[in-house]
Amino acid sequence: MERDDLIVNDSYALNSHHSEEKGVKIRKKIVFVTVLLSVITFAEVVMGAQIKQDSDYWGVIKISFIILTLLKAGYIVMSFMHLGDERKNLRFTILLPYGLFAFYLLWICLREGGHTEVMNSLFH
Amino acid sequence: MAGEATQAIDKATLWEGGRSPFSVTYGKMMMWFFLVSDALTFSGLLISLGFTRAVHFEEWPVGEKVFEALPFAGSGYPLVYVALMTFLLIISSVTMVLAVEAGHRNDKKKVILWLALTVGGGFFFLGSQAWEWYHYIHGSGGYFVLAEDVSTTVTREDGKGTETRTLTKGTHIFYDEAYAHDLHASHDDHGSHDGHGHAAGDHAHEAPTPKTLAVDKYNVSRAFIAESDVMNVWSKRDPNIEVFGANMSENEYGHQHYANFFFFVTGFHGFHVFSGVVINIIILIMVITGVMERRGHYEMVEKTGLYWHFVDLVWVFVFTFYYLI
Repeated sequence: MERDDLIVNDSYALNSHHSEEKGVKIRKKIVFVTVLLSVITFAEVVMGAQIKQDSDYWGVIKISFIILTLLKAGYIVMSFMHLGDERKNLRFTILLPYGLFAFYLLWICLREGGHTEVMNSLFH
Repeated sequence: MAGEATQAIDKATLWEGGRSPFSVTYGKMMMWFFLVSDALTFSGLLISLGFTRAVHFEEWPVGEKVFEALPFAGSGYPLVYVALMTFLLIISSVTMVLAVEAGHRNDKKKVILWLALTVGGGFFFLGSQAWEWYHYIHGSGGYFVLAEDVSTTVTREDGKGTETRTLTKGTHIFYDEAYAHDLHASHDDHGSHDGHGHAAGDHAHEAPTPKTLAVDKYNVSRAFIAESDVMNVWSKRDPNIEVFGANMSENEYGHQHYANFFFFVTGFHGFHVFSGVVINIIILIMVITGVMERRGHYEMVEKTGLYWHFVDLVWVFVFTFYYLI
């Protein structure tokens, strides 16, 4: 089998070496994302500690937890995993099938979840 | 930036074969496809967690009340340790991305440094998880069950005052952690220990009277039974049922599924961390022995990096959906 982990042509990411100057710029971005992720995690714990589950604002907190989590996930995938730097067709080959299945599963659980009481009464 | 191909190729050439239209190697693309399938597995787990939780809403504990212990510091630190673990995993993800960046500059020394730190972070996380599992299985006090209705004065922990409540038969009454600890310490000799519900009151006859008792210990409405009522409540206990800690068949924290999901979700994630650490070590050895240097690129570091970031990514979701919400 032909090995593609050796540099044979210029089209692959293998030889995407960058210079020292570009490295400085990239590291700056890494530090920015690090600080952002840490701050979000810290904020989540503080929010959870301040507002309890029996509070009127718990619903808002819950939604913001989910939004903050998706924000964190977005930064990890796009920046740390470099998906944001890949070609557009690779990006969507990864994100679309996953999004389609995950959100379908979520939707079907939320929708069918409404029937659990009926199911429980039938099979209890 | 790091990762992308350096040369622009026109679309027609790209899609006519012979080249990767994605401008990535076979290995990297397959790593991405594997991660998609793995992400779906975890999505399935977390969505079923949410579903189960919604079904057993009344018996579901609050993460903040369950996970409030800190190593060497005792309890009273809600979610601090889990947040530290999350932070640790984020930091080890950062050292990984720095190793990838160093790889793009063919800086072997820096790759070794950052990759070694990543491995260290991974071990730290695994150790933390082991501690948390130990604590979870061991329990934070355990409970006994009332054999008959009893009326008592309780004080809410959150400052919503004192009230008189009738605790019905079957209510779980919780010991404090110190009491359970002493109880187990005196029982280590005859082998009855952590995480097992003790049937047939094997120490009910000799157990010392607890000083504090609580109801709803793992919910927002956590309340303590007034000191003057402790003896009364304690005397109404069912000597046959006592639960300490959690395992696959008993769970002091709440609904049984809560424990089962804990073991399954964090266990499955922990297994990913473990395999990630092993793969990172293998790659680290390859970097040190100069395999990557001879190849002329450090793409293997990037591929394992993808896996490692994915492990971090999953934890971010577990943190939110198991612990926070």
